[in-house]
Parts: sequence; structure tokens; C-alpha cells
Amino acid sequence: MVAQDTVVVERERPARATAPAPRTPRGRRPGLTPWLYLAPALVVLGGLLAYPIYQLGLISLFHYTQAQVSGGEPTSFEGLGNYRELLADEQFWQVLLATVLFAAACVVCTLAVGCALAVLLTRVRAVPRLALMLAALGAWATPAVTGSTVWLFLFDADFGPVNRVLGLGDHAWTYGRFSAFFLVLLEVVWCSFPFVMVTVYAGIRAVPSEVLEAAALDGASQWRIWRSVLAPMLRPILVVVTIQSVIWDFKVFTQIYVMTNGGGIAGQNLVLNVYAYQQAFASSQYSLGAAIGVVMLLILLAVTLVYLRLLRRQGEEL
Amino acid sequence: MKLSVRMVALAAVLATAACAPQTSGTSSSDKDEKTGTLRVWLFQEVNNEPKEQVVDSVLAAFEKAHEGAEVTVEYIPVETRAQRIKAAFNDPKSAPDLIEYGNTDTAGYVQDGGLADVTEEFEAWDEAADTDPTARQSVTVDGKVYGVPYFVGVRALYYRTDVFEELGLDVPKTQAELISTARQIRAAKPEMYGIAVGGAYTYGAMPFVWAHGGELATGKGGSYASAIDSADAREGIEAYTSLFGDDNCPAAKCAGMGGNDTVTAFASGKAAMAIGGDFSHAAVEAGKVKGKYAVVPLPGVEPGSIAPAFAGGNNLGVLKSTSHRTLAVDLMKRLASKEAQGELFEGMGFLPTFSDVRQRVAAEEPFVKPFVETLAAGTKFVPASPAWAQIDASLVLPTMFQEVVSGKKDVATASADAAKKMNEAFGSVG
Repeated sequence: MVAQDTVVVERERPARATAPAPRTPRGRRPGLTPWLYLAPALVVLGGLLAYPIYQLGLISLFHYTQAQVSGGEPTSFEGLGNYRELLADEQFWQVLLATVLFAAACVVCTLAVGCALAVLLTRVRAVPRLALMLAALGAWATPAVTGSTVWLFLFDADFGPVNRVLGLGDHAWTYGRFSAFFLVLLEVVWCSFPFVMVTVYAGIRAVPSEVLEAAALDGASQWRIWRSVLAPMLRPILVVVTIQSVIWDFKVFTQIYVMTNGGGIAGQNLVLNVYAYQQAFASSQYSLGAAIGVVMLLILLAVTLVYLRLLRRQGEEL
Repeated sequence: MKLSVRMVALAAVLATAACAPQTSGTSSSDKDEKTGTLRVWLFQEVNNEPKEQVVDSVLAAFEKAHEGAEVTVEYIPVETRAQRIKAAFNDPKSAPDLIEYGNTDTAGYVQDGGLADVTEEFEAWDEAADTDPTARQSVTVDGKVYGVPYFVGVRALYYRTDVFEELGLDVPKTQAELISTARQIRAAKPEMYGIAVGGAYTYGAMPFVWAHGGELATGKGGSYASAIDSADAREGIEAYTSLFGDDNCPAAKCAGMGGNDTVTAFASGKAAMAIGGDFSHAAVEAGKVKGKYAVVPLPGVEPGSIAPAFAGGNNLGVLKSTSHRTLAVDLMKRLASKEAQGELFEGMGFLPTFSDVRQRVAAEEPFVKPFVETLAAGTKFVPASPAWAQIDASLVLPTMFQEVVSGKKDVATASADAAKKMNEAFGSVG
């Protein structure tokens, strides 16, 4: 850790030395030039990100349904009414809990499978590596709707090959709450592990081979090399894929919507995004849907910030 | 410091209150042009050609009668109709003048401010007197008429004649007999469902509730109260959900099924009975059971009675934003006239909304007889409240049936919870 800190300090020093340089010749105020360069990006970000979020927040404060949009009824300001209604809704809390647990399970499984296969990729010969890569890219390139439908067919009670191979008769996988979630989890992991695998594989490739060789010479096992050498060196990459996975899996929609037919038997497999869709678009309660969207945004921001903060505490610069 | 924070907060509130989210005014257009182009949206059916022919002949007569008026018809896919029609309400400039819409959407569209009130024209229309009462109810909100019925769809009991004959069974005369017959078939033929039922098949389940004297909701006009947890309704729920189980239609398979799934199960020979609509005829004919089935009205509780069916179907309506109101109303009446509905039945098999036309076609086409009988015995309709769209979309009733079927809740608890959700919806749109 000490070694890294010094590296950072050294990196920053030349930057400080050069910073005042452009100020004097043109007599501009300091700090304006960088903003000028950033302006195009900021305009795009503002238009595509800030404005929609502003609208989302705004709509969530009104009573805003189809009748208001098309002018059948006047729009009324509700303050935090939508949020109060949402937080008082028992189903919202159940769905939120299910979403958090389901997303956590998906993230853990995706990372475990992705990292394991990335390490495997570095260990096998060219032909199996190519085969694995192609298989993973195939899974990655499959549209979520198609993938979900195929998985559903594989596990179909009457015609699915899985039941036939396992000799389960006509067991219905989507009937039980946990078995349905498990089925969706398999599909989510299947379609999102390639991103983790490819990214981590690229990261491993960038690790100097001397380091790994040294570890191997010192008699470290595969697991030990991963834990003490690769994982710390890959930390920035792992942080990125973890945050990405958290965000993706928290927002999972297609798989649940397709595989459990819009939330499962009696809504037992609802996750927050599908719930929001049901509220906002299917029943045209845009304001309530917007409130759910804001809550999701806040949760994801909080999770990401806490995660980054925890890493900082451990003394890692990102 | 404290003051400035408060000021900021106040400013923020003012800022948000000042710029309310966007709305579009669909105040009715002042113009009523007698020439120009009328735009019409009709639904794209699976086999649309006969419908187009009927519509084209109506258009030819219309354009002849109104010089300088032209009509463009667009057939929109049924799956995306909700988005298309919402978008039309939001942007009156690119909206059509006349649309076809599902009859359960009437109250919602009226609340959205999308449909024009055509009560006067409807009352003055000489053919309207023969419109059957439920069809009329399906275009009526708060006593005002917002369109004309285009066709009705109703469900009845499909059963396998060969299976009944083989097992020596009689066609059930009551719902109790229906349930016991279904179990007998399952016991004799374990690879089949006695009757295919679905936890998400609301309109297949409601006849059981209605036959037992239950109602979805009671009330008139804007104020409805859910009645799904009444004692009668609970008996009906009990009867329908008793069909789920290993002795008829295993919950693990059937809890998630919707109407189409049950018809598919019947058409593929997996079920000995199913509740299907007149509109399911083609699907069943295309299946393995062609020539081996018959249809009777779904029995009620008393022997010989018919369970009240849900009167589905589509309506035609003029948009409030139209600038050709007189022309659009005339075209609407022509498209939904007795003559056009009769032709539509011949081409598409859609049941006419006029009682006399329906009797006539039933005499010609024996297949529709059980459906016409079902309609004649009295049908039911969903509450004419904009809340219905919300109740339907948030799957309140399928959830209730599925909770009972999967054993998560008993009938009393599930129906009480459903009633609570329905009342919240009725209250929120009040």
C-alpha cells in the first residue's frame, strides 16, 4: 500500500507543475479552458441524462396519468404524495426485498462464473479457448427475449429436454417461487457472464507474466495466485464489472417478464423494474412509476457510492 | 443561514410547481369540415382480408355520398393498440378521426378525454334501437354514449364429443355436474385435463362468479365498490378454483395459464373441455380436434340455466379532436350498420351487436347458436369506470385466483385483498 501511495504522489506532482502554465499567456481566468473542452460532452450529458432525470423527478411530484397527459383532467401537484403511497404499499417492500436478494445472488454467481472462466481461458490451449470464447460471445450476443424464450423451452414441463434428461416427468419449474427465480437466475448469469469473463480475461492478459511466474516459482497454488496476486492487481477491473453487474441485475426486466409471464403466479416473481412497468405503463400511472424510478435511482446511487467508499477505506485508489 | 436554506427550499418548490409536466389539450376541435381526408384506425385481425373487403365497400358508398371527402384506413396491430391510441390522444394533430377500440377500454378513454360524446347522434340513429342492452352499456359512461358497438364476442363450453361418447358421459347441465364430469374424465384419462382452466383467465372464471350471484363491483356512474369478496362471489371463486388440482388441471401447470393457453390445450387434444369464445373457432378448427367437438352454453348453477358470460367485443368511436365530426359520425354509423355487421359476420365470424341481425345469422350458421343463446340469456360487463383499466393492468383478479389455486391464501383472504385493491383503484380515479 505504501508503495502505491508514493506512485500516486509522484504522478500528481508533474500535473501540479504544469497546471499554471496556460494561464499567463492569454490572460484567461484559470479553470475556464478545461470547461471549454468539456462543454460538448457536458451538453450531451445534460441533454441525455440530466434533463430526463429532472423530468422523472418532476413527474413523480404530480398526479400524472394518461388523463393528465392527454388533457382529459387537470394536472395537480401532489408533493411527496406518490412517494407516501409507494412506501405505504406492502407489496412494494416485498418486491424491493425480492429484488435486492435476487440481484445479489445474480451478481455473486455472475462474478464467480465469469472470473472462473476467465482464469480457465488463460490456462487452456488455443482451440478450446476459441471454442469457449465463441460460446460466450454467442450467449452475449443473444437478445434477452430470445435467450429467455429458449431457456423457458429447455425447462418446459411437457416438452423440455431438461426434464427428460433429469427424469423429472412433468415438473413445472415456473410454479414454485424459488424454482422460478432460480430458472431466471440461470438465464441472467448465462447472458451476463461473458462481459465479466472477457473483461477479466483482458485484465489478466495485461498482468506481466513475470509476476505470475514468480508466484508459481514460490509454490503458490492456483487459488493462492488468484487471491494474492491477480485479484489485487485486477481490482479496478473487478470494481467496474461488479458495479456494472449490480446495476444490470438490479434492473433486470426482460428475463422476469418473459420467463415468469410478467411476474409469476400471483406476482411472486415480481422485481422492481417489472413492478414499475406494471404501475407506470400498463396501468398508465406515470407519476407512481416515476416515483419508483427515482427510488431505484437513489438505491443504485447509494449502493455504488457505499461500495466505492468501502474500497477507498481500504486504501485503494481507483 | 437557516433562512437561506428555507428560501432555497421554497424556491425549489415554486420552481417545480411552476413548470408542471407536459400535457396536451384535447379540447374538442371547433372546426367541422365537410370535405377533406378522414383518417380511420381499425384493428388488424389475424386473417384481415374479409374485413378489408367489408370496410372497402362501406367506404365506396360513403365517398359517393359525400363529395370531396376521402378516407384513409390504417389497420393497426392489436398488440400495440394501447400505445398507439394513447399517442393519438397525446398528439391530436396526427390523431385519426375514427378508431376501433376494445369495449373494456371505453371508460378509460373517456376519462383520458379522447372520445367524443355522440349521445345525440346515437339516439337519433334509427338502427340503434335494436342494439342489445349489454353492447349499449359497453359504449355508455355516466349515461352518455361514446361510440357505437362494432361486434361482440362471448364464451361458451367446448367439449370433445368422442371422449364423452367413449366414457358414456352426458353434457353437464349444472356447474356442479361440470366439475364432477371433468374429474371423471381426468380419472379415466390421466393424460388429459377434464376441463382446461387458467389462473390468469379472468373472463373464463367470471361466469362462475356471476352464476353464483356474485358481482365484480356494485354501483353506478363514478362511484363503484368492489363486490368480489361477497359471500356469493366467494362461492363462485370456490367453484372455479376447485377445478385446479391433480384431479382435473394440476395447479403447477394451470395456475399460470391464460385464455389462449386453455384453448390451445383443447385444440391440441390435451383437454376434454375448455371455455372458449366464438372467436376461438378458427384456432380449434385448425387443431387436432377438428370434427370431434361441439359447443354448448356454459351451464349455470340451476339445471338448464346458462351462466352469464362476459360480453367482450369492440366498439367504434369518434375522437374528440376530430375536425370532421359530422363526417366521422356518419362513417361510424355506416361501418357499424346492420348491413355491414351482417357482412362482417359472414367474412370474419364476428357476432353482430344488433339482436335481430344476430338471430338471423344464427339461423344460417349453426355453429354460432350456443353463443347467440348465451348472449340471449344475459351477459355481464366490467364496471364502466376508468379504474377498470388499472385493475385489469395490475392483474388484481388473476392474482386473486392464483393465490387461491397455489394455496398461498384461502378464498376469503384472497378475495378480501382483491376487493381492497379494487376499491383503492376506484377511489383513486373517483
